[in-house]
Amino acid sequence: MNTTNSISNQKLKWRVFNDKLFSIVMMTLAFISAVPLLSILYQLIKKGYKQIRLNFFIEVAPDTMEAMMAKVNHEIIPGGIANGIVGTLVIVGMASLIAIPLGLITGIYLSETSKGKMANIVRFVVDMLQGIPSIVLGVIAYIWIVKPVTSGFSALAGSVALSIMMLPSIIRSTEETLKMIPPTLKEAALSLGVPYYKTVLKVLLPTGMSGISTGIILGISRIAGETAPLMLTALGSSAINLDITQPSSAIPLLVWEFYNDPNLIDLIWGASLILLLIIFLLNIVAKAISKKWKVQY
Amino acid sequence: MKSERLFQYFLKLGGVLILMVAIGIVTTLIAGSIPTFKEFGLGFIFSSDWNPTEGRESYGALPFIIGTIVTSILALILTFPFAFSIALFLGEYFKKGRMSSILKSMIDLLAGIPSVVYGLWGFYTIKPIIVELGLNAQGFGIFTSAFVLAIMIIPYASSISAEVINMVPSNLKEAAYSLGATRFEVVKNVIIPNAGSGIFAGFILAFGRAIGETMAVTMLIGNSNNIPTNLFDLGNTMASLIANQFGEAEGLKYTSLVAMGLLLFVITGILNLIGKMVMRKFTA
Repeated sequence: MNTTNSISNQKLKWRVFNDKLFSIVMMTLAFISAVPLLSILYQLIKKGYKQIRLNFFIEVAPDTMEAMMAKVNHEIIPGGIANGIVGTLVIVGMASLIAIPLGLITGIYLSETSKGKMANIVRFVVDMLQGIPSIVLGVIAYIWIVKPVTSGFSALAGSVALSIMMLPSIIRSTEETLKMIPPTLKEAALSLGVPYYKTVLKVLLPTGMSGISTGIILGISRIAGETAPLMLTALGSSAINLDITQPSSAIPLLVWEFYNDPNLIDLIWGASLILLLIIFLLNIVAKAISKKWKVQY
Repeated sequence: MKSERLFQYFLKLGGVLILMVAIGIVTTLIAGSIPTFKEFGLGFIFSSDWNPTEGRESYGALPFIIGTIVTSILALILTFPFAFSIALFLGEYFKKGRMSSILKSMIDLLAGIPSVVYGLWGFYTIKPIIVELGLNAQGFGIFTSAFVLAIMIIPYASSISAEVINMVPSNLKEAAYSLGATRFEVVKNVIIPNAGSGIFAGFILAFGRAIGETMAVTMLIGNSNNIPTNLFDLGNTMASLIANQFGEAEGLKYTSLVAMGLLLFVITGILNLIGKMVMRKFTA
C-alpha cells in the first residue's frame, strides 16, 4: 500500500512539475516576442530623434550631392521629408476617397443581405482581395493606371493600389458592426414610417459609426506604411507634388530611397521614426474611438 | 416603395463593383502573362533559368518559387513556438487583466510596423548577428529574411489562434479539471484537439502573408537568381523579384514578371481559401 502511494505521489509531483514547467516556458516565449519590438523602437528612437527638427517637416529631401557635401564638412545633412509627408497625405487621401464610399456601400449591402448567392460571392471575393499580396496590387495598378491613364508613374496609380488594399478591412468592419446592431432599432424606425434608405443612413450608420470609423482608420494605418506597391506606381519624386497624374513621393518610398543611397542613409532613421509614429497614432485613435464611443443600446 | 427598391439596387451596385474589381484583377493578370506562357509554356514554372540577355532571353520561375516557399516555411517554423505561446497566453491562461492587455498592445504594435522598417532592422541588427555567429559571410540570405519574416507574421498567426483557443467550450475544460487534470494536460488533451484545426488555419493565413511579403525580404535575401542550396544561401522570392525588376522591364521580361504576379496570386489565393474554409467551421 505504501509503495503504490509513493509511486502515485511521485507521478503526481511529476505532473505538477510538467504543468509548472509548461506555463513558465509558454510565458517566457510569449514575452520574448517583445524583444524585437523593443529593439526596433530603441534603434529608431536612438538614431532618429536627432533628425527630427522643424526643417525635417518643411524641407524636401536633399539630393545626394548636397548630402555628400554636408557629410564632408561634418555638418548635419540638410533637408527633410516634406515631399514624402505631402505625398503620403495625397496618396493615402485619394485612396481613402476611393475606398471609403465603396467599402461602406458594400458593407451595408452585405449586412442587409445576410443570405443569397450574390452576397455570398461578394463575401468570398472580399476574403480573396484581403489575401492578395500588396506587390501584386502594385502590378495591377501599373497595368490599369500607369500605362493607359496617366501614361507614366503617378500618385493616382499608387492610390488605386492602396485603395484595393484598404477595401476589405472597411467592408468587413462595416458589415460586422451593422450586424451587431439589434434589429429592434431598425424595426422601430421602419414602423414609424421612416423610409428604408433613411433608416439605414440616419439610424443604422450613426449607431455603428464608432465601429465603422475604427475599421476605416485601421485600414488607413495598414496602407500608410506600404512601400512595395508604390515602387511600381507612384515611383517617387524629389519635389513636393500635388498633381495626382505625376509621380509622387511618400514617406515609405523615401525610406527606401535613403536606404539605397550611401550619402543619404543617415536619414532613414528620422523618416522611419515619423512613419512609425503616424501609424501608431492612427492605431491609438482607432482604439480610443472604439472604446469611447461604443454606443449602448 | 420605389425609393426602397432603388436604394437596394444602389447597395447592390457596391457589391457588383467589388466583384468587377476582383474579376478585373484576375483577367488582367492572366491576359498580361499570356505571351510568357505562349513562349515557354509550363516550362516557365519548371525552368530555373532567368536570363534577360537579348536574343537568348529565357525566363523560368523555379528558383523564385523555391526561394519563396523555403523562406516562408522556415519563417513559419521559427514563428510557431512564439505565436503558439502568445495564443495560449491570450486565449487560455490570461484572457483578461493587465498582462494580457500589455501583450495584446505589443502584438498590435508589431503588426503596425511597416515592412520597410522591419527590413532596416534586419539589415542593421540581425544581419551583423548572423555574421558574428559565422552562419553566413555577408549575413544576407534565406535564413536572415526568414527570421525577420517570422517576427512579422507573429501577429497574424497568434491572433487567430488565440481566438480559436478562446472558443473551446468551457464545459469540456471543466470536465477535464474535475477529473484532476492539470492545466498542461487540459491544453494537451482538450484544447489542442479541439482548436487544432483553427490554429492550423491561423498559421496557414500567416503563411500566405509571409509568401507575399516584399520589402523586408528584398532588403535581406541577397537577390540571387539561383536555386538556394542551403538555408544560409542567398536566394530570391517571387515578390522580391517583381519589386526589383518590374520598373525597367519590357517585352517578355515584363510579361514574365506579370506571370510571376499571377503565380503569387494563385498560391496565396489557395492558401487563403484553405485557411478561410477551416475557419468557417468554427464561426458557423
